[in-house]
This record gives sequence, C-alpha cells and structure tokens, in this order.
Amino acid sequence: MHKEAAIRTPLILGNKSYHDITSDVIGPIENKAPTGWYVLITIAGLISLWGIGCILYLISTGIGVWGLNKTVGWAWDITNFVWWVGIGHAGTLISAVLLLFRQKWRMAINRSAEAMTIFAVMMAAVFPGIHMGRIWLAYFVFPLPNQFGSLWVNFNSPLLWDVFAISTYFSVSLVFWYIGLIPDFATIRDRMTKPLTKKIYGMLSFGWSGKAKQWSRFEEVSLVLAGLATPLVFSVHSIVSMDFATSVIPGWHTTIFPPYFVSGAVFSGFAMVLTLLLVMRKVMKLENYITRKHVEYMNIVIIVTGSIVGVAYLTELFISWYSGVEYESYAFINRFSGPYFWAYWIMMTCNVVTPQLFWFKKIRTNFILTFILSIVVNIGMWFERFVIIVTSLHRDYVPSSWSMFHPTWVDIGVFIGTIGIFFFLFLLFARFFPVLALNELKSILRVSGEENKKENH
Amino acid sequence: MNFVFSSRAKLVSYILMIVGAIAIIAGFFVYGENHHARWWSNMMINGFYFLGIALGALFFYALHFATETAWAVMLRRVMEAVFSFIPYASVVMIIVFIGSTFHWNHIYHWMDEATTMQYVTAASEGSAHPDYFYSLEAAEKAGADVMANPSYDELIANKTMYLNKPFFWIRTLIYLATFILFGNWFRKRSLKEDEVGGTEIHMKGYKRAAVYLVIFAVFSSTLSWDWLMSIDTHWFSTLYGWYVFSGMWVSAMNIITILTLYLISKGYLKEVNSSHLQDMGKWVFALSFLWSYLWFSQFMLIWYSNIPEEVTYFIVRINEYKVPFFGMFIVNFALPMVVLMSRDAKRNPGFLIAMGTIIFIGHYMDTFMLIVPGVMEKMAFGWLEVGFLLGFMGLFINRVFSSLAKAPLEPQKSPYLEESLHHSI
Repeated sequence: MHKEAAIRTPLILGNKSYHDITSDVIGPIENKAPTGWYVLITIAGLISLWGIGCILYLISTGIGVWGLNKTVGWAWDITNFVWWVGIGHAGTLISAVLLLFRQKWRMAINRSAEAMTIFAVMMAAVFPGIHMGRIWLAYFVFPLPNQFGSLWVNFNSPLLWDVFAISTYFSVSLVFWYIGLIPDFATIRDRMTKPLTKKIYGMLSFGWSGKAKQWSRFEEVSLVLAGLATPLVFSVHSIVSMDFATSVIPGWHTTIFPPYFVSGAVFSGFAMVLTLLLVMRKVMKLENYITRKHVEYMNIVIIVTGSIVGVAYLTELFISWYSGVEYESYAFINRFSGPYFWAYWIMMTCNVVTPQLFWFKKIRTNFILTFILSIVVNIGMWFERFVIIVTSLHRDYVPSSWSMFHPTWVDIGVFIGTIGIFFFLFLLFARFFPVLALNELKSILRVSGEENKKENH
Repeated sequence: MNFVFSSRAKLVSYILMIVGAIAIIAGFFVYGENHHARWWSNMMINGFYFLGIALGALFFYALHFATETAWAVMLRRVMEAVFSFIPYASVVMIIVFIGSTFHWNHIYHWMDEATTMQYVTAASEGSAHPDYFYSLEAAEKAGADVMANPSYDELIANKTMYLNKPFFWIRTLIYLATFILFGNWFRKRSLKEDEVGGTEIHMKGYKRAAVYLVIFAVFSSTLSWDWLMSIDTHWFSTLYGWYVFSGMWVSAMNIITILTLYLISKGYLKEVNSSHLQDMGKWVFALSFLWSYLWFSQFMLIWYSNIPEEVTYFIVRINEYKVPFFGMFIVNFALPMVVLMSRDAKRNPGFLIAMGTIIFIGHYMDTFMLIVPGVMEKMAFGWLEVGFLLGFMGLFINRVFSSLAKAPLEPQKSPYLEESLHHSI
C-alpha cells in the first residue's frame, strides 16, 4: 500500500468523491457553453482568419513581403518558430518526465499542457513551412526516392535533423496525449444521453470498458511512451539549437546551446501553461484541482529553469571575454550595448531578473502576480530568440553590409495570426475535451485528497 | 542499526592505502621528468575525481531535500558518509594548487609569469630567474634595458584579470569552505533530527538545500573553469562546466549505489527494498544519458564547426589518446544504456555492482582525459596510475566507512521516513 507523508500538501481540495471529480470535469462539456466562450472563440477566430490571410498573401506574393534583407536572412520567422517549439516543451515534460519522477501534481495539469504542446508545435511548423517560399514543394524536406527528381536531402544539415526531431516529437506527443484521453472519453461516453454525441465519444474511446487488463496495459504503454518521450524532450530543442550552434557565426556557435535551449524551452512552456491554466481554473471552476500548491510547484520550475537560463547567459558573456576571440567578444558587446540593446535588456529583465521574484512565497502563491509574470516570461523568451537570431546577424563581418531588421505588417500579421489559431484550438479543446485527466486524478484521491488526508492521520 | 567498520574492511582499506603510498612515493622518484608532471597530474585526477564524487553526493542530498523526495531518505546516511570526504579531497586539491603556485608543477601554464609579461631585460633573458616587465613604462621606470619577452603569450596575458594567482586562490578557498560548511550543516541537523524529530529541522533543511543548489549551480561551473578548463589555457567551451558537473553527479550516484549494495550484503539497511534499488539504478542510467548528451553536444558542435582555436582540444585527444578518449565514451554511454535499461537489471545487485565498477573506471578515465592531455603530450598509463587510484580508494573507503559507523544507518525521525520505508513502485 502506498503511503504518503502527512506533511505533503493535499492535491485535491474539498471533500470530493469519485463522482464529484467526474461531474466537475465533464460538467462543462455537457452543459451549454457560457457566453464568454463564444466571445473569446469569435475573437480568436477572427485573428486566425487574419493570420491565414497574411499567410496566403505571403505565399502568393513571396518572402519579399517580410522585412528580411540580405544580411538579416532570418528574423521574426525563425524567432517565432523557436518560440513556439519552446512552448511546446512543457506538455511532454509534464506528462513524461514528471511521470517518471512520480510527481502526482502533474495529473491536474498534464492534459491541458499536452494539448497546448500539440497546438504550439503545429504553430511552430507553420514557420519553416512558409519560409520555404514555395510551400507546394515542401515534401522535398523528406528524403525521397529519386523518382521525385534527383534531389537528395543534405543529411549533414541540422535543418534536416529538425524535420526528423520535430515530426517525431509531434507524433509521440500526440499519441501520448490521445492514449491518456481514451479512458476519459469512455467516461464521457457513458454519461452522454444524446445518441450522436454518445456515438462520437464512443468512437473516440476505442471501446474502452475499464477492465483491469486494459488499465494494466494503459499504465504499461504510458510508461513506455514516457521513456521514449523523455529523450525527445531533450532532443527537439537541442537540435533546434544546433541550427545555430553548428554554424561559425559569433553569438551562434557556442557549445552550451543544446542544454541551455532545452532549459529555456521548459521555462517558456511552463509560463504558457500558467497563463492558460490560471484563466481556465477560474472560468471552469477547477480551483479544487488546480490549487495554489500546483501553481507554486510550477513557479518553482520557472525559477529553476529561469536561473539555468540566467547562468547560461552569464557563462556565454564570460566566455566571450575569456576566449579572447575578437569576433565573439564583439558579438556580445554589441548585444548589450549595440543598436539592439533594448532587446537584450528586455530579455535579461524578463527571463533572469523578474522570475527571481518567485523566491518569495507570497509572490509565487499569488495568482494575479503569477499570471502577470508568466506573460512577462513569454515576452522575455520571444526576445531571447530575437536577440540570438537578429543581433548575431545584423552586423556582418564587413561593415558595409551592416543593417537593421524592420518587420513589415506581414511579419507581425503572421505572428499574431498564429497566436489566434493557437487560442482558437485551445478553446475548442477546453469545450469538447476533458481538460483534466479525471481517471488519473481519481487514483490519487485516496492518498492526496484533502479530506482523506485528514482521516488517515 | 549502527554500522560496524569491521577489522577486515579496515585491513583492506589500509592495504590499499599502503599500496598507494608505495606507488606515490616510488612514482615521485621514478617519474621526475618535466617537474614530475605525471605524478602531479595523478594527484589532481584522484583529488578531483573523489572530490567530484563527494560533491555530487552533497548535490543530490540537497536536491532530495529541495524536491521533497521521500524514497531517498533511507539513503541519507550513505550520502552523508560520501560527502564527508569533501575535506579530505579538498586537502589534496590544495596540495596540488600549492605545488602549482610555487612552480613545483606546471599544470597551470598561466601561473608561469613568463607567459603573461610582455618584456624582459636583455641581460636576464634565458636565465633561471629573468626580470620581467608587463609594460614598457614599468621597465623605463625601473631603468631597465628590455626586449620583447619571447615566452610572452598574448592570449594568456589577456586572461590575467581572471586567471591570476591571488584571485584563483580566493575563489578556490571560497568554493571549498562553502562546500565544507554546507556539508557539516546538513550532517549536524540530520543527527539532531534523530533526537528531536518534528518538522522544524526538516523545513530548515528544505530552505538551506535550495540555497545550496543555487550556490552550487554557479560554483560547479566556475570551479571547472578554474581548476580544469584553465589547464588548456587557450581553449574554452561554454558547456564545459555543465559537462564536468554531470560527470560528478553520475559518479556520485554510482558510488552511493555501490555503497548501499555493500551495506545490504553485510546485513545492514534491511528496509532498503528492490524499489529503492531500482530508483538508484534509474539515476545511474539516466545520468549516464545526461553525461553522454553533454559530452556529445560539446564534442559534436566543436567537431562540426571545426574552428581552429576550439578544435585543437579534441585533435590532441584523438591523436594521442584515441583509445581512452573514445573508449570511455562507449563505456560510459553504451554500456549503462544497454545493461541498465530493463527493470530487472536495476533490481539485481549483481548487475548494479558489475555496471557500477565499470562506470567507476569509466568516469575515472573521463577525469583522466580532462586533465592529462593538457599537462602531458603523450599518453602514459601504468603502475603509477593504478597505484594512485588504489591508494585513494583505500583512503575513501576508510574515511567513508568510519563516517558511516558514527551514526545509525537509518535516519530515525524524518517526516518522510514512513513514506520511504513503504516505498514501492
């Protein structure tokens, strides 16, 4: 029998029964959606349409409509790509790594974090896709047999590794997320009365009947997938970092990039999870499940990963001086004092300084402050990628090719559009999917529920 | 139950120490060339390897506090014993640094002022004690007739703001003092908790652990730059500190596992069950991956970019040290991956011990590769290296076992004790 120490904080508040958990999670799916949901999804939908419009304009006209120039050949596009991929790290970290570490608090947040991961990775994939210019030839990123033309991909290129890393990560995350959903879909199916919805959720649940054998297989496959997904969490952002670090460009080529990018990705991913969940717990009345303690745990992850990122920034800065390499030192002096100094200091403030506020228990357990700081981190991590990409490029070796990057309305439009699509998908998820892993939560009610903990001790 | 440091175990530790002492003394006279370079590198390899093991144990100790890990509570005394070795290893490190400071060894090229001084008086150039001047003004002031110093190394000279003897010593002493202070603090509170119980000490430990983790996050990087990266003074790599840290951590988990298995085989730690073992095995397995990931990231990025000032580091290692260089990577990566993958292997003491021994040697070789190629041009491995390692093993066993014998092997009143006793996965 599993034993839980008395000093651990309960993870499910109130006097909940198994039935209460089911009703609390499935209630919002059965009932009519509140007006607020319609308002939000309309706004998100309109922004999505605007974004899709911008993308269509971009594809039909050409990459020239972006603000790129011959010196700054990568700017917002790749910044957005890395930003979204980074956000897409939290979900699988929560569901896989925290599963391996037996962190039970993950059960209240894993479902929505995984959904967010999948949507974020989809948004990330948009950018390299449209960056190709001729997106209808996008299939050439795969190693295809020569019947398609004698064009063979360059296996030495980290851009190709990216294709494999991200598509693998996306597939495994999707399977992981879906397998977790199966028992919950079955629970919804059993409660639905309308034949059509019953049918739909029945199909989605793959005929799950809750037999002991099925549960045993469910747990086995979760563990196996967690084992597979954990190296993927590391590999994806490591390989994204290699897009830069394998080059010889000062400011890009540095060995700390892989682990530092992974840490930064987890950092930004958790910030986005917090942004979404702090709203969701309120609107969908899930305060008893996503408790203050959950928020505190996530904030601790934010401090840890933010500080790792901070150590990495300072390491890079120090070594750029220590190395004695002229170009390397210049790249960093230019970062913090050149024309893009403001971007550098926004990045430093948002990623390294403000997260340290979470050392104060009062702040890390305060919902409003956490919400504000989570957005600050999201902004900071966007600027981190902008700083890495644009400031390293904009001053070329030859001063005559020095230039600045100015985003056009299409740059801005596509970025905002992806945020719209992301929220549109997330709102759909929140309406029709069980937002908490309700069957998993039931497994900890006996040991970690507030009332049960009181009785046990 | 209290551990008894049996006379047989004592005898083994003494024999190892005597063998080591003989090798160390004989080695000093046999390998005298180049300021006893080989002898001093061995001192440093072993000093740093065992310090790293102790520091890794202290890090994991703090980590298990800060993350409220219950299962590891049963292994607290084992970890305390391992990190009780910090002061002894620190002494070894200090001896090496004293040797470097007084030029008894030339491990640190930058400590030779010939490399950092731009001018030398023509009369003294080439003599045993040349008169150096760092600038023309200084030479003029002294009225000396100077010429350009042929040993001057601009790259090293540019680093003197960071790499200079006083600052190096200040940093070194701060690191070691911090580690010893935190280690003692944790140990004292842990013993106190056995008497008074409650949650107060535990909560204090939780907070103190978080502070230590922050400090160690910085120090683990800077100490690797200071003590190890500066051996190859020209070379630099931003990942270096994290790579060295991961090596310390995996070595520590490995030793804690081996020590736990030894205690179990002698009839101690009866409450440590197969779930605890599996978790230990998981750490060794996972950290071997982490270490390999960082090794590969550093190697691959430098190899791929092929920038001369960076790639020289690996060229030396591949040309002169091919077998240990690639050999230790295979040993430290592929073997744990294959052997410790399955659940049953991680619950099997035989597998864990066999794997542990291999990893112990593998990470010794890693430490060897961190130090030796920067000090000596050619690979050298023989009775001296083996003798040194055996001697240090003897000292380590002796000190760790006597620390184990000082307190009950199971913590008595931790708030997480019950949870740890019932650990089942």
